[in-house]
Amino acid sequence: MKKLLATLTSAAVLATAAAVSAEEPKRGGTLTFSYGIIAGHFNPAIASGTPTGIPGTQLFAALLRFDDEWNPKPYLAESWEISDDGLTVTIKLRANARFHDGMPITSEDVKFSIETYQEHHPFKPMYAPVESIDTPDPLTAVFNLSNPHPAILLAFSSQLGVIIPKHVYGNTDNIRQHPQNSQNVVGSGPFKLKEFKPGEYIIMERNEDYFLEGKPYIDQIVYKKISETTSRVISLEKGDVDMTAFESNAPFLDRLKKNEHLTLTPDGYSAIGPLEWLAFNTKHEPFDDKRVRQAIAYAIDKEFILKVLYGGYAQRSLGPIHPGSVFAPKDVNPYTYDIEKAKELLDEAGYTPDADGIRIRTTLNYIPGGATWKRKTEFVKAQLKKVGIDVTIKASADFRAWIKTVSNHEFDMTMDSVFNWGDPVIGVHRTYQSTNIRPGVPWHNTQQFQNAAVDELMEKAGKELDRDKRAALYQEMQKIVVDEAPIAYLHTSPYHTVFNHDRVGNPPVDSIWGVSSPWDEVYIK
Amino acid sequence: MLLAVIIFNFILLSLVPGDIADTLAGESGGASQEVMDDIRRTYGLDRPFHIQLATYVGKVLQGDLGTSYYFNLPVTELILGRVAPTLLLVVTALVLAILIGTLFGVIASRKPNKLFSHFVTVLALVGFSAPVFWTAFLLIVLFVAMLEIMPLSGLVDPTTPRGTLAWYLDVLHHLFLPVLSLSSIYLAAYSRLARASMMDVLGSDYIRTARAKGLGETTVTYKHALRNAVIPVITIAGLQFSHIFSGAVVVETVFTWPGLGTLAFESILRGDTPTIMGILFFSAMIVIIVNLLTDIAYRVVDPRIRSARNA
Repeated sequence: MKKLLATLTSAAVLATAAAVSAEEPKRGGTLTFSYGIIAGHFNPAIASGTPTGIPGTQLFAALLRFDDEWNPKPYLAESWEISDDGLTVTIKLRANARFHDGMPITSEDVKFSIETYQEHHPFKPMYAPVESIDTPDPLTAVFNLSNPHPAILLAFSSQLGVIIPKHVYGNTDNIRQHPQNSQNVVGSGPFKLKEFKPGEYIIMERNEDYFLEGKPYIDQIVYKKISETTSRVISLEKGDVDMTAFESNAPFLDRLKKNEHLTLTPDGYSAIGPLEWLAFNTKHEPFDDKRVRQAIAYAIDKEFILKVLYGGYAQRSLGPIHPGSVFAPKDVNPYTYDIEKAKELLDEAGYTPDADGIRIRTTLNYIPGGATWKRKTEFVKAQLKKVGIDVTIKASADFRAWIKTVSNHEFDMTMDSVFNWGDPVIGVHRTYQSTNIRPGVPWHNTQQFQNAAVDELMEKAGKELDRDKRAALYQEMQKIVVDEAPIAYLHTSPYHTVFNHDRVGNPPVDSIWGVSSPWDEVYIK
Repeated sequence: MLLAVIIFNFILLSLVPGDIADTLAGESGGASQEVMDDIRRTYGLDRPFHIQLATYVGKVLQGDLGTSYYFNLPVTELILGRVAPTLLLVVTALVLAILIGTLFGVIASRKPNKLFSHFVTVLALVGFSAPVFWTAFLLIVLFVAMLEIMPLSGLVDPTTPRGTLAWYLDVLHHLFLPVLSLSSIYLAAYSRLARASMMDVLGSDYIRTARAKGLGETTVTYKHALRNAVIPVITIAGLQFSHIFSGAVVVETVFTWPGLGTLAFESILRGDTPTIMGILFFSAMIVIIVNLLTDIAYRVVDPRIRSARNA
């Protein structure tokens, strides 16, 4: 009887849940969103990063959008086709799509936009194989590739491939300083820029001529900068702010979770794929010895970091690719916490304890910003002490100072955070390719890791269109990388989107791009 | 003088590791050599240092403070947009602190061993030693979280129509907590200073003479003694005005107040050299102007300084 009752109750709960999700979206209302940073401009074609991407994807539409299962969906493109040899991609545009100034979107704009990305966007591999773009008619764009490029559909989505009007942004040879990157922005997204106060707020209003009939639902988005986390949390609790994203502070997340008006979700971050790890400079002694790197990976209690420092809000990551990706590592060495094993490896490598019990003296840098980074660094120092590694922590004055140190390879070990950016070609290869050791450039192969087999596997996987075959190549590549351990993999970033469920319907979390996808389905209850 | 400030600041800033290309690359979550070169070329950072300095000084002499690397807007425009909120915050806080602080100090000095005087001493001690961000957070807890009568952040609700009465009232509403936080440190200092200074003056001969003439205690205090006692207050106020940015930065950050302090702080982190230079230039000018105003204020309250010139 008890069981039956339980079943009945859960059925009732399910029925209510279904009723709630089937609720008809309402038109109107203002959504207040808050973020810690406001970018200097909103043109995603010349800059990546979420501060540009979140408002940028509301103002500019892209060719495609992605659901939460990595499936491409039509957006500005009505249909797309990849030829059998993978060397041509044909895009058919919607006939009714217009820019905010009323001009139609043509294949010329597509060609201009992707060429702008090729020239000015930081992620070069994204469109590197695109040799030329043909525009046989105003609604057809044909991409001619030098090799099959599995990442191209993803590159056509969200902030990685927005379409910017040629008649507005094509009139200058210095697009980086174009005034309409931040004022009078002309895109074709669901919202138009109404007002931008640099460093304060952005107001975006509904695009009445949006090409998707009846959308968007909300009249206005007020995007406010609140840099202080405490202030953002209180604003959420008070109902002054309806939604925030990229919240990562565990005590605050705990507090927000207790609020009955708020929902926290880790969904919507699998495309950017944020990973946090401990990287080694494999050219610096003693990290030129694989056994030392492995020993350190064993010596760190990853579960403690996850449970205590991150309050269970982060997820363990085992290798180069984010656990939310279809290529996430499966059969790799998890380096389960094992102090004895670590000591054994250090002995083998010839690093035996001296009179003080110290085997190795070395240094550790970390990304400045956020108390959790510092605590994690101190925890690792204490952990390594147990296996006889004496670590001096090196704090950096600011972010730029840290970037300079790491990008010029002037470090032994560093705590780092790197995004996958959707496809391994864009955000993963760069960390391991031996051809990408480039002093002075942030987030290249700063570990100076060189492995011919890994290079070859990535080269192949980067041209393989079949998802399963590609996955097999990445599994093999990750097995080698994890064994070589140029990096001790720790966990994902504990990012959460927080929204007031009394007010916000259809929050933008059902896409791999999360808040960097168009908010045209969001409504105010 | 200003030229020396400019050159000195420019050299100091060039010593900081990293530039705007590193910042933009960091914010982008990745970069390539080409894009970083592209950024450096756009802002002329690829040229030799002395040429960059000469170009900058040349521009400033023509009244052009350059263009912000980050916001891509003229620095003058950016700063002017931020001056009003900062001045509103700082001047209101300073004026309130001087008025209330002096009043407290004067009342306390009349009966130095009574309860109110001890209260002022304790208030001064607590107010001055409590970090301003902590005071700010306590005020937030009280007024925003518990009483729920005050807004938390920003200058004004962005959806309020500009220029209407509602807009001005909303600004005042938003101003309350930042001003209270910022004036708490100044208030403490001024009340203590005014108390000490008043007690000093009240002990002097001319006050005894005034009392001997049979003047009432209130007239003696407010008409005779206060004038002299307020001189150190003016000196300190003048000096402190040049420190306003440092105090305001913290308050502005906590309340997301769109002022110069926040802009300065964030521009330093970003390596937005033209903006930092512009703000430094601007604050150097403010210091000069305020020093001038302080001298004028002396002459107004103190007849001795006024007559010194005529003598």
